[in-house]
Amino acid sequence: MELDPLILSRIQFAFVVCFHAIFPVFTIGLASTIAGFETLHFKTGNPIWQKLSKFWIQVFAVVFGIGVVSGIVMSFQFGTNWSNFSYATANFLGPVLSYEVITAFFLEAAFLGVLLFGRDKVPQGVHLFAAIMVASGTFISSFWILSANSLMQTPDGLELINGMYYVKSWSDALFTPSFGYRFLHMALASFLTAALVVAGVSAWFIIQKRELEANKKALSVAMWFLLVLAPAQTIVGDFHGLNTLKHQPMKVAAMEGNWETSTGVPLLLFAIPDKEAQMNHFEVKIPKLASYVLTHDWDGEVPGLKEVPKEEQPLVFVVFWSFRIMVALGLLMIMFAVWGLVLRPKGRMYESTVFLNGLRLMSVAPFIAVLAGWVVTESGRAPWLIYGQMTHAQGLTPSLTGGMALFTLIGYVVVYSLVFSSGIYYLLKVFRGGLEKANAPHEMDEIERPSRPFSAAHVAIDGDA
Amino acid sequence: MEQQFDLTIIWAGIIGFGLMMYVLMDGFDLGQGILFPFAPDEKARDTMMNSVAPVWDGNETWLVLGGAGLLAAFPLVYSIFLPALYIGVFLLLAGLIFRGVAFEFRFKAKTSKHLWSWSFAVGSTVAAFAQGAVVGAYIQGFETEGFVYSGGALDWLTPFTVITGLGLVAGYALLGSTWLIMKTEGAVQDWAYKITPRLLAGLLSVFTIVCIYTPFIDETVKTRWFDNISIIWILPALALYCSFVVLRSVKKRQDGMPFVASMGIFLFSYLGLLVSKWPYIVPPNFTIYDAASSYNSQLFLLLGFLFVIPIVLAYTSWTYWVFRGKVKEGGYH
Repeated sequence: MELDPLILSRIQFAFVVCFHAIFPVFTIGLASTIAGFETLHFKTGNPIWQKLSKFWIQVFAVVFGIGVVSGIVMSFQFGTNWSNFSYATANFLGPVLSYEVITAFFLEAAFLGVLLFGRDKVPQGVHLFAAIMVASGTFISSFWILSANSLMQTPDGLELINGMYYVKSWSDALFTPSFGYRFLHMALASFLTAALVVAGVSAWFIIQKRELEANKKALSVAMWFLLVLAPAQTIVGDFHGLNTLKHQPMKVAAMEGNWETSTGVPLLLFAIPDKEAQMNHFEVKIPKLASYVLTHDWDGEVPGLKEVPKEEQPLVFVVFWSFRIMVALGLLMIMFAVWGLVLRPKGRMYESTVFLNGLRLMSVAPFIAVLAGWVVTESGRAPWLIYGQMTHAQGLTPSLTGGMALFTLIGYVVVYSLVFSSGIYYLLKVFRGGLEKANAPHEMDEIERPSRPFSAAHVAIDGDA
Repeated sequence: MEQQFDLTIIWAGIIGFGLMMYVLMDGFDLGQGILFPFAPDEKARDTMMNSVAPVWDGNETWLVLGGAGLLAAFPLVYSIFLPALYIGVFLLLAGLIFRGVAFEFRFKAKTSKHLWSWSFAVGSTVAAFAQGAVVGAYIQGFETEGFVYSGGALDWLTPFTVITGLGLVAGYALLGSTWLIMKTEGAVQDWAYKITPRLLAGLLSVFTIVCIYTPFIDETVKTRWFDNISIIWILPALALYCSFVVLRSVKKRQDGMPFVASMGIFLFSYLGLLVSKWPYIVPPNFTIYDAASSYNSQLFLLLGFLFVIPIVLAYTSWTYWVFRGKVKEGGYH
């Protein structure tokens, strides 16, 4: 079989993006969590908040350290595999990515050092300010990235002349119709990720009866956040969906597994969409609910995939099931939030091992949900690289062969697997060290070095230290 | 749109400056990795890594900025160079990742330390070689059809680019060893004094080959060199003078001058290369004006750069100031 550079490039990009996306989604939420702990400590003077902050700063340092390394690849991927796309959109994409580097990276780099190593060297207020600046940096970074992504989803403010886009209006191009929803959805996802990881890890410490007072406080705060954020995310997600229906109807049709444009469309709980046969197998459905959810009218009209030729339809099966995974995990999060609320009185939340163990498992859920969400929005855009304007095939590097794409795909998988497994291994060690180790006086000076993110964690990677 | 300024020239200056900053700054810390396997002992390796630990990732930010800035100001360069150097770019990135991770983990490792040392050494060397090959490929030029690259995956890999690749490995090693002369003392410094002349010899042989070879593959360069021979010899002459200063200062055991003079060699060779090729940015077909992005986009980003780059430079200098002085064994404590 001939190797197809297009498919291999798409797999490669998906792999690199998915791998990379895990880190920012966690660091964005975690930076704000740390800023929150620091603020509480600043206001109440209660040393428990500082204890928590010291531990989570170590986690942040390790995640940030790995995230940065994997991020270098991203800025070159556009050029290597999608050179036609980068050339055509350079007038917009170039400045946006450059602004990310000079506004966000600069802010993070400048204040990360103070956050990680400056606690005893600068006044408490300055340290808090550094924590807030690092958190702001992560948001500024996601602003530019989501702006670039939204332009590919709902292009606006550009003019195509001789195969190259020119920016007519910077405000229209930066704030395209889907940008606001996308940004909010992503921001909530980041907060949810941090809340669930903090809840899961704290639950694990509570089961082990370690640093009970501090970890109970952390769990309590995380569960309040979950109670507000999880339902809020459902609402934002719903609005985001309506926006998608308006601007990218075929993506919604794939999410719903809906083939024919019609009214009173049922909501599918289960189905095996078959793009070849242009139909679903084994449907389990609730009558008229999809119409109601999407149009807020039981007999509203919902577009079907057959509106466009087969080759312009996204990979229905992938989009359909990724969407269901994301929604199911979201509902599970709401369930846990309510469960926590029920258990809260009389402190039963800290005693139910079933609940605490459930939370441990749930700390993985936000990552899966985020990846599934990205698959829905990115794969749902197919075959369009810029929705309705440029296909993946048109954006591909013309000189790219299947062999080259395969070579680098395997290369990135190998490199990232090594980096990722070392990183996760080390992160688990930091978790095992717990608050005790993070707050212990520096006993491991011989393996500490200044200025590197990992230096904030006082744990050896091997041996039992 | 009416163009009040020649923004393209300004951007050529900014990108050229950014690249030079990257080469000089990441050069000496990549050099530590290249020299790693030859270091006298494990303690020397700790000292070498410590000497660049506080600054290396700031140095690498210039590369990310260069990539993004190139896309913003000269998209044609970005969209021809990267596909043409596809495999080389992958090697560069993989090398940088391995070495970045090694920086973090080697400090935390006890039993697996040697694995991270190798990762650091191989990653740095591969990254440096790939960058050198890029320079060679730029001198060679690219096969294009319209505005896209039309050559094969390994067209860039020729005996010439292998030589420029090895040349940059030697050059970065020289920056690395003279940096060590400046930043260390005792056994490590003695060792650095000893290897510097050999690295310089390696670099100069490549320099000679490139100078002889280039006019034969490129008509533009040939014409430029031999039509302006009365002026253009100044740059290589200055580079040679700097080499002489390196040797002399090593002999006198001065500790700052070898590094400064090594940077001088890089600076004048780089300027020499630019003058030879100007205004071609994607040789042999496209000049900086063909490759430029729209005036509107160049202006939009320039406003940000004018505001932020001075701050970045100030912050960077401050970091170097904080970590000034010699590295003692065991880091900066």
